[in-house]
Order: sequence, then C-alpha cells, then structure tokens
Amino acid sequence: MREGPAVGAEEDPQDRARGGLEVGAGGGPKDGPGGGKGGAPRRRGPTLAQQEARAGLALLSPTLIVVLTMVVLPILWTIVIAFQDLRLRNLRTRLFDFEFTLKNFDTVLTSPGFLEGLKVTLIYSIVGTALSIALGLVAALVVRRPFKGRTLVRASMLLPYVAPVVAVTFVWQIMLNPELGIINAIGTDLLGWRESIPFLEQRSGTLSIFGFDLGVPTALIVVILYQAWRYFPFSFLFILARLQALPGELDEAARVDGATPLQRFWRITLPQLQGVIALLTVLRFIWTFNEFDDIYLLTQGGAGTEVVSVRVFRYLTGRGDIGAASALSLVLALALALFLFLYFRFFVGRVKEADAI
Amino acid sequence: MSPTDVGTGVADHAPTPKASAPRPARPRPPLSREVVETRILGVLKWITIAFFVIATLFPFYYMVELAVRSIEDVALDPGALWPPRGASLAAFGEVLRSVDDGGQGFLVFLRNSGFIALTSVVVTLVVSILGAYAISRLQFFGRRQVHYLFLAVYLFPAILLAIPLFVFFTRIGLRGSLFGLILVYTSQIVPVTIHMLRNYFDTVPESLEEAAALDGASRLTIIRRVALPLAKPAIMATSLFVFMIAWNEFLFALLFLVENRENWTVSLGLSQLAGSVEVAKTTLMAGSVILTIPIIVLFFATERLLVEGLASGGEKG
Repeated sequence: MREGPAVGAEEDPQDRARGGLEVGAGGGPKDGPGGGKGGAPRRRGPTLAQQEARAGLALLSPTLIVVLTMVVLPILWTIVIAFQDLRLRNLRTRLFDFEFTLKNFDTVLTSPGFLEGLKVTLIYSIVGTALSIALGLVAALVVRRPFKGRTLVRASMLLPYVAPVVAVTFVWQIMLNPELGIINAIGTDLLGWRESIPFLEQRSGTLSIFGFDLGVPTALIVVILYQAWRYFPFSFLFILARLQALPGELDEAARVDGATPLQRFWRITLPQLQGVIALLTVLRFIWTFNEFDDIYLLTQGGAGTEVVSVRVFRYLTGRGDIGAASALSLVLALALALFLFLYFRFFVGRVKEADAI
Repeated sequence: MSPTDVGTGVADHAPTPKASAPRPARPRPPLSREVVETRILGVLKWITIAFFVIATLFPFYYMVELAVRSIEDVALDPGALWPPRGASLAAFGEVLRSVDDGGQGFLVFLRNSGFIALTSVVVTLVVSILGAYAISRLQFFGRRQVHYLFLAVYLFPAILLAIPLFVFFTRIGLRGSLFGLILVYTSQIVPVTIHMLRNYFDTVPESLEEAAALDGASRLTIIRRVALPLAKPAIMATSLFVFMIAWNEFLFALLFLVENRENWTVSLGLSQLAGSVEVAKTTLMAGSVILTIPIIVLFFATERLLVEGLASGGEKG
C-alpha cells in the first residue's frame, strides 16, 4: 500500500524540520538536544530535555489512562473471557473464576449458520466496500471543478454519512415498506410490478431480465445498496481532497499531446488516485466487516443478512452467553486479520510490482 | 457501451479539417474524439450530479413529508411526493410530550443526548488538546509509538470492545449511568481527535510560544493563551466531529442504557419505539426528524467554517 509509507514520509520531514528549527533557535529555552537523536551534550541540554520529556508524558497521561483502561485492557480481557464459561446470570460469581475451557469456541464454530454468517459478512464487506468507493470516486469526479451551487451539492453528498444511523435506517425501512413505501408504490403504479416486494424481509426473489429468471438474495442486495449509499461520502471526501491536490501539469501535458478526457482519466488521474483508493479499501473493509448498527437496525439480521457481528450481539444479549460472544468476536477479528493479510500479501504486492514495471 | 466507442465511431464519420476547409459557410469545428467526449461527459456530469443530489436528499425530504402526514393518508396514497391533504405537526407533539401526557417523552431523551454529546465534547477536547500538544511540541520517549497505539484503537471494531466494557460496567454497577457512556465515547474518540489537533498544531509556527516561554510563561499558560487561540478553527472542527459521533451513537447506548428509560438517548428511544406495534410509522418519522435536525443544522451552520479551517491549516503546512 503506497499511502502508508507516504503518510510516514509526510511526518518525517516535519519532525526533522522541527528538530532543525530548535537547533537553529540557538539559546532558546526549549532548545532540547534534538530529541536525544544527536546525543551530544549541549550547554543546558540534559535537564531541560528531561523536563520536556516529563512534561510531555504528563500532558499525555490523561489520554493514555483513558485509552489503556477503556480500550487496550478490555481488548486483552476479551481474550480471557473467550476461554471462560461466563454468562450474564453467573457474572457475579464466575467473573474471577479462572477455569479455562474451549467450550465457547466449540459452541460458536459448530452452531448452525456460522459458516453462512461468515459468507454473508464477506460478500457484504467486499461488494459494499467496492460500491461505496466507486460511488465516492464518481461523486468526487463530478464536483471536482467549481460550478455554481457546488458547495450545496457537496454538502448534500455528505448528509448520509453525518446523519444519525437510527434515523436513516428507519427512513429506508419505510421507503422499502411493502404497504406504505414509496418504492413499492412507484413500482406497482408506474413500473408494472405485479405485487409489492418486501425488500427487507425477502431472503431470495426472482429477477426477470430478458425472459431469464435469476434468483437474487433480495434483502442482502438492499442492505449492500444501503451501505454504499451511507458510506460513499467517506470515500468521496478522501478522493476529492486527493484530486484537488493533484498537480495540473501532467493532465495539461497529456491534453496538449492530444489525449482525450477519458484517456486522461484512465491513464493520468486514476493512477494517481491508486494510493488513496488502496487506503480507502482497507479502512472501509475493516469497518464494513465489523458493521453492526446498520444491519441490526435495517433487518435485525433476518432474511439472509445475519453478519457475524449481529450474531455476536445475539449471543451477548439474547442468550446472555458472554463467553460465546467473546469467542465469536475473536473469531471475527482473526478472520478480518486473515483477509487483510491476504489483501496486503497478494493484491498490494501486485500493485507495487505493476508500478515497478 | 463505453463512451470511448461512441467517440471513435462518430469521429470516423466526422469530416476531416482538410475536407471541410473550402466550404463557403461558417466552417463547423471538426467533431474530434476530444470534442465528442467532452460534450458527452459534460452532459453525463450534470445527470450524475442530479442523481447524487436526489439520492442523498430525497430520503431526508421523505422523512419530513411522512412526519407531517397522517398514517391513514399515507396508507391511501403511499406514492405522494407532497402531503395531499395538508400538513399537521401532531406527530411531533405526540413524540415530544411526556409519557404521562400520552406522548413518547422525547424531550427527556433530547436532554440526555444533548448532555452526553456536550460532555463528551468537553472531556474529549481537554484530554486531546493536552495530548496533541505534547505529541506535536515536546520530545519524549515513546512519542512515535503512541501514534501506532492510536491507529490501532481507531481501527478497532466497536463490537469487540462492547463485550468487555459491558461486563466491566455491569460488574462495577455503572452500566445505565450516563457517565459510563461518556467515558466510553471519550476513550474511543480521543485517538482520532488527537490526530486531528496534532496535525493542526504541527502547522502552527512555534515562534510565538517560544516568545511566551522567554517571558516566563508556564507550559499550561502557553497552551491556554498562545496555542489554543491559534488552533481555534481546528478545535471547532474537532468539537463538531465529537458532537456528531456522540449524538449519533447507537450500539453502546443500546447496551448500556436500555434498561433505564429515564436515561435513554434519542437514538435509543427511537429504536425502542420502532419495536412497539401501536406506534404509527409517521410518528417514527417525526422522531427521526427530531433526531436528525440538530445534526443537519450544525452541519450546515459550520460546513463553511469547517472547510475554511481545514483549508487554512493545509495552506500553512
């Protein structure tokens, strides 16, 4: 992935520049020993550097305390719980009863629907990620150049992302409702559908195209479309920022050489967006893979949309089986790590090779 | 069909500049591939913009439209794009009235959501301003490593954290309290806000702070009197970001607060409302509007400031 090293490279010069500034400031009171990098003792160096280090850690300590106690420790604790026979009702007595067992993993891995859930999660993540990035790219391209009302257009494109998840899922639910929804009203009144389609309750439907009947997982498709609609603004923001930072000379040179707009897009613009798209792919995949709110609110995981995170929630609240919920969430995290590894190993590696050629 | 094919196809039939040169009438510009593509893309661009604007705005319009219609009206004519028989704000009244008055008690939920979001903003800001300043300005051991820790937290899925935090807060009896929830929000947002603020501090020249230090100002005074006023745009943008996340959050609110109706947030109240059969869909939409309005108002009021702040920050860097 090219964005990673690029981010790092961005930071390094800043650090170095700051180091240079401090050295240049000569006898300034903040003139530490260049972060201890040089190591050469200077007139008043060591004590001031120690002071600065102490101040730095003191200022950072509230952050560290909050993050360590509320994030890092809980994550480690999840691993412990996953091997405990812990339920909501025996929480009081069993919490510190460290009898480890593999029972939870047995429960979640052999439960009916586990593999199906993993498959649904993977399809949802891959297609959802690709769609949301593609939409974000198109949106960024059309508002790239200034026009009247551009600010408003850009703001409206951000709305799905900033609006509360509960509100937007409910609007979608009602729009897709078989009796009250506008989509079915339009479909039956104008498009000649024979009957309303219960988009969010239908596991599989038949789509007739040119006389062929295709079986399609209706609810899963709708949930993926929703996901693309809600999260394309994120890709849009990133890609637009990158687009506007691109130097114009390359594009101009290609224009002078007679490259048409489409050629310029494929050969000049898109290759320069590769880095930001690779970064977005990773970010969006991670978040979509663990997505809970949207699917839970839209379908409660019904009609073939039960992703693993919804199952985790079910174990936790429905059955009160905290151990199994932890075990399943660990499995989810491991699966994610595996897919990310494969992505970096095979996909990103190839992109780099292609670049080298 | 790809537009490229169209381009070459038309270009084949187009007269070459040489052939059309001797014409007496005004010579038409040659239909080169460049011109054709530019024209087609020019039209496609506006169609695409229209598509995006409708796709993103319509659900919000529909939300408001349903909120002001009666449920009988919607059942009769579900496809209406305009309230056919007049609008009524009755649904909003029902949602906002307290339970004792036959309503849904959303005023209380609004108060809770507001309290949680604003407190999260303040706590997160205090914690992350200090942290971001330290990372940006001071040299200390572990300064670089902290960055990776935060990146990991940023990427870590909420559903995994939900279980241990649920167990922990149940055990110490803080589950159901608003403060527990604020603590959870702060811990998850701080890594991001530190990153945002630190980037901004990095772009602000240090010379002013050095001058203040020469005048004998203490570290905290420098942060409060010199660094903060300069970082105002970034702080506004960060506050907005935190407010939105805390206001919109659903999973932790559901896990922590669901047993105590007094403490429900608007998001949670709305989701619980959806579960009961006797609540009309139009009432649900009124609740959705109430939940969304603060975010939309805030978003449009500060969009410009947000962009300006980020732009000025980027310029200095």
